[in-house]
Amino acid sequence: MIYTLYKIKNYIQRGDEVDIIISNSSGKPIYEQITGQMKNLILNGTLRPGDALPSMRLLAKELRISVITTKRAYEDLERDGFITTVVGKGSFVREANVELVREERLRLVEGHLQAAVEVARQSGIEERELLDIVKLLYEEA
Amino acid sequence: MDAIKVRGLTKKYKSFTLDGVSFTIPSGTIVGFIGENGAGKTTTIKAMLGLIQKDEGSVELLGHCPEEADGAWKEGIGVVFDESYFPENVTPRDVEKILRRIYRSWDKEAYQKYLKRFAVPEGTRYKELSRGMKMKLSLAVALSHQAKLLILDEATSGLDPVVRSELLDLFLEFIQDEEHTIFLSSHITSDIEKVSDYILLIHQGRVLLFENKDVLIYQYGLVRCSKEQYEKLPPQHCRGHRESVFGYEVLVDNREALERDGGYVIDRISLEELLVFLVREEE
Repeated sequence: MIYTLYKIKNYIQRGDEVDIIISNSSGKPIYEQITGQMKNLILNGTLRPGDALPSMRLLAKELRISVITTKRAYEDLERDGFITTVVGKGSFVREANVELVREERLRLVEGHLQAAVEVARQSGIEERELLDIVKLLYEEA
Repeated sequence: MDAIKVRGLTKKYKSFTLDGVSFTIPSGTIVGFIGENGAGKTTTIKAMLGLIQKDEGSVELLGHCPEEADGAWKEGIGVVFDESYFPENVTPRDVEKILRRIYRSWDKEAYQKYLKRFAVPEGTRYKELSRGMKMKLSLAVALSHQAKLLILDEATSGLDPVVRSELLDLFLEFIQDEEHTIFLSSHITSDIEKVSDYILLIHQGRVLLFENKDVLIYQYGLVRCSKEQYEKLPPQHCRGHRESVFGYEVLVDNREALERDGGYVIDRISLEELLVFLVREEE
């Protein structure tokens, strides 16, 4: 596995060290790896509203990837309401939208559950059994 | 703004024709120009630069025609060929003395900075430099007259992986300025795959493909299937196919959608495999 690690520490005014880690051999598109990690950083409060993100060109240079890839990542983040881009100024973290975040997380949960349901169906595990597992796991956590 | 605009570029030789090549490159991008040996990459670049007489078509670089009488704008273009043409006995230090009289926008400090960074010895004669050093010298020159457009013809071929990797960093640095553009021909597709924004593929003097690199990597794919399955594939998304005794290999450009809706098994395709697939299908 080849990883490119990029610390965006220097680009936010305060706060902890922040890493973006890209794997070139992962099956996940690189722009999705960037958006996923940026979203996590925003959701867990490491990146706060108003924080400036590195420019697309700078991020591309540091991660050693194409500008077209970072551009796509920033466009997706903007579309999903996580950042806002001001021409000539750069990209900034937006005021967190609670509903939006919740929706995003729900979609994620749904995705994981869907995979579980598929496996269950293929293996003849019944609905009741599956629900029991989910219940048990939820209580345990 | 567009950095390069080529329309219907044609050049006829006895045994080879560059046949109506057209493409437009927006500034601020890195474009990988790929194709097998003899596909017409160097002919395209030479005709673009006006180094050979074109038979038909038009070229615009940085908004200017190469034929314009006043060529001052040409200082905005930095060119590196796979072989450079410095006299054998000059040293990199001499090169500086010569070029500062030629380029109005010559930047001595930048030149010396690049020589130092590339560890090119200033006092060694050109003929005694290694191939990698010669390439770095050419690149230092190309970067020292305030170029906005870098055109590199097979510049990374024949260099070791460490040097090639350094060059990729340099390219990414160069395009930190949104007005800067790189047009990079190579048959080493892995380098191009890393940093390019667009891929231009040429074969037998014709453009086979001009596409966003991420679309190529994430949307293109190879479907291996039976004849019946092949016939069910949406034809507008099939970009080529190959028949074998075991079935069909089909190049598609909508991998995500097919995987989601069609239940097809689709392999990702590297730039190199794509090149080979398209070229062989063409033949």
